[in-house]
Amino acid sequence: MPLSHRSYGAARVVSPRGRLDHDNCEGFQRDLAAQLDACTQEGAALVLDMSGIEYVSSAGLRCLMIAAKQAATRASRIVVASPQPVVAEILQISRFNLVLPVFGTTREALASISPQAAQAFDKG
Amino acid sequence: MRVRFWGTRGSIPVALTAADIRDKLARALVAASGRRFESYGEAYAFAQEALPFSVSHSFGGHTSCVEFETGHAEYFVCDMGSGARAFGEHILARQGERPATVNVFMSHVHWDHIMGFPFFGPAYVPGTRIRIHGCHDILEHAFRLQQSPPCFPVSFEQLGATIEFVRLAAGKPFHVSGLSVTPQLQRHSGDSYGYRFEIGGRSIVYTTDSEHKLEDRVQTAAIVAFFRDADLVIFDAMYSLAEAISVKEDWGHSSNVVGVELCQMAGAKHLVLFHHEPANSDAAIEGALRDARRLEELTRGAQPLRVSAAHDGLEIDL
Repeated sequence: MPLSHRSYGAARVVSPRGRLDHDNCEGFQRDLAAQLDACTQEGAALVLDMSGIEYVSSAGLRCLMIAAKQAATRASRIVVASPQPVVAEILQISRFNLVLPVFGTTREALASISPQAAQAFDKG
Repeated sequence: MRVRFWGTRGSIPVALTAADIRDKLARALVAASGRRFESYGEAYAFAQEALPFSVSHSFGGHTSCVEFETGHAEYFVCDMGSGARAFGEHILARQGERPATVNVFMSHVHWDHIMGFPFFGPAYVPGTRIRIHGCHDILEHAFRLQQSPPCFPVSFEQLGATIEFVRLAAGKPFHVSGLSVTPQLQRHSGDSYGYRFEIGGRSIVYTTDSEHKLEDRVQTAAIVAFFRDADLVIFDAMYSLAEAISVKEDWGHSSNVVGVELCQMAGAKHLVLFHHEPANSDAAIEGALRDARRLEELTRGAQPLRVSAAHDGLEIDL
């Protein structure tokens, strides 16, 4: 699962696409770890834009948990943005919304990181 | 084939408090909303049919004990948690003067799974035969230890029943009194074993105190094969998924979410959430059931999966 990204101030928005399940979670975890390394070097937070994710299984959620733990050890952070309705419901059912901050839009997620990141997003 | 749940709680027995009862009564009165009942029967029917389970009932507080009534004269039960006391009373009432033969299958010997045995009435009745099956080499030691000073006043040697310990091996089918049972090693502190039972064309998987991580494809495939096409899967759903893979990772328990996923992968027919977290209220367990049913709905494939939550006293006919 190729992970495209865009940077907005002190935030890197990563946008995976497709399904996140047992079949592809290992690759996703590797790619997400690389994005997290880049965030650490940049001193940036990671916004996971989930708008392109159709479904996430427990294995996919485990990848997010591992990344969140890695971020915590590096004084960084990960937030989730724009989940599709089904994914938003899965995040609630699994109680992941209590572990990772989940925002309805990418802009809201960026605003939680810094006003500058939200302003950069507004400018496109 | 009837499955009867005598104990469904994890880790330690719990009981409703006075405050819990008051809360249920207050909620029931609010739900009745000025309704008038002419008789106890009318009020009973309202409580039974119109109120949420968590208001009119309780999931109960006894620890693991699940009976399989197979139609055979002998008894079959998984684990000897505190629910075993009531199970023993049931046997004594049903048997009258006739001594019983009881086949026990032990997932492991943590205290919540053996604590009912000293209060299991048939163990004190001469002529009763109790076969305790399990895969742990410390099986007999654990049962004797909990009935040694200073833990309990009646020693194991004083029990009237004839008690034998039968060692099973993971992956090897074992046949006893018309029942076929295959154990499978599970991830839990000190190891635990799940059991797949087959009888009369029906299959039941009892898998408690097991942390199914699904991070290893080979292990996941083995679990799915163990669950394959089961009519009933009794599943350790103690935590939420987020808990199970964060603050409670490696505590040896699973979640409702993983239960749904594994049963769907295996084509199982009925998932029963089991080994409820003792800190969870009836409303919280009902919420976990609601969530599991919704997840099943969201992710349903060709075959629907029925999802239930076990409660003390639940009976399921297969």
